[in-house]
Amino acid sequence: MNHSTSEVDVFDERSPIYLQIARGIKDDVLSGALKEDEQIMSTNQYAAFYQINPATAAKGFAQLVDEGVLYKKRGIGMFVSPDARAKLRTQRRERFFAEVVDPMLAEARMIGVPVDEIVKHIGGSR
Amino acid sequence: MRNLTVRYGSVVAVDDLSLELPTGKIYGLLGRNGSGKTSLLSVLASFRKATAGSITIDGVDPFENAELMRQTYFGRDSVDATDGDRVARVLDLARWLRPSWDDDYAGRLLETFEIPVRKRVSSLSRGQKSSLGVVLGLASRAPLTILDEVYLGMDAVARTTFYRELLADYLAQPRTIILSTHLIEEVAGLFERVIIIDHGRLVLHEEADELKARGVAVTGPAAAVDEFVAGRTVLGEQSLGGVRQATLYGRLDAADAARAQAAGLTLGPVGIQDLFVHLTSGPRVLEAQR
Repeated sequence: MNHSTSEVDVFDERSPIYLQIARGIKDDVLSGALKEDEQIMSTNQYAAFYQINPATAAKGFAQLVDEGVLYKKRGIGMFVSPDARAKLRTQRRERFFAEVVDPMLAEARMIGVPVDEIVKHIGGSR
Repeated sequence: MRNLTVRYGSVVAVDDLSLELPTGKIYGLLGRNGSGKTSLLSVLASFRKATAGSITIDGVDPFENAELMRQTYFGRDSVDATDGDRVARVLDLARWLRPSWDDDYAGRLLETFEIPVRKRVSSLSRGQKSSLGVVLGLASRAPLTILDEVYLGMDAVARTTFYRELLADYLAQPRTIILSTHLIEEVAGLFERVIIIDHGRLVLHEEADELKARGVAVTGPAAAVDEFVAGRTVLGEQSLGGVRQATLYGRLDAADAARAQAAGLTLGPVGIQDLFVHLTSGPRVLEAQR
């Protein structure tokens, strides 16, 4: 995947606010709360909600445009790209085991929860 | 501003400082007490003439320029009024002086800040006086609005109202706003750019997000932290048992982040206030060492 190196999120802990905004929009696209070709709220609306400078909100949007999640209609606003959801799903699936499962297993190992117990728990919640 | 110097006798308050501020942004001007913030702003607002150097606003020297002065608001922790004046009289003056004054907005703000219009300025509380200054600053809608530590005596609720109103009005009517403050953390999100001065000199002038991206807190086993930070700019360090945390200044890329993760280190952001403290708390440079 081609990430622009200048905007990559290097932080393990709480990210800069514009990355949180970008992440929030991605989550909404993934969950279907934001539909393809749907207009998202303006930078001013985001700025007022998060109490941040509109340039910061715009930075989050710019990153999503770079990544192809949003597209811009000049003078109207930002919209969700038609293939955004499929693209994000592929990306997140690629990272799912490394970012979600592996840390969980590491925690389990640290506190002595055996893997079969985890498997049993997952089986039970299906 | 080019090579601006302000001297009071033998004291150099602003020292050969050059700065270019594009219009329409919110700036945070940060500096320790005595760093020259107010002197710098006073020159920008033409309340004072620089000892040396030049300043232009849209290409024009603002000093004794009535037209530009109507479009410049310089607010400090006090209101420019005679103590006997009632609030209403101060508002009349602003209405008369300011071409872009918004009376309705001023009225709404006075209600929000609970400032009685009929009272004399002298009988207002410390916080109310500051709030009145904020009302004047916002409702003037001056294309250049300078607010120099205007929050004195304002409680947390009043300050929150101030920040919220400032942002809302800026979103509706973008203009150049310069905020100087010591309460950095609570207002840092509003800055588009940050200017840090120390001893009258410019330390940095940077996009706020860019500045934030430069500060990284690296936490982990002491040896691993030491190895990772070697050759980088370390602003500060602290240890807790075998765990060390170093504050780095300088952007990390994805490869750095991967290396940190492999070494068992955690990377966290550093707030503007922390960066400011680290950048300005170094040993004081003597004037003689210029």
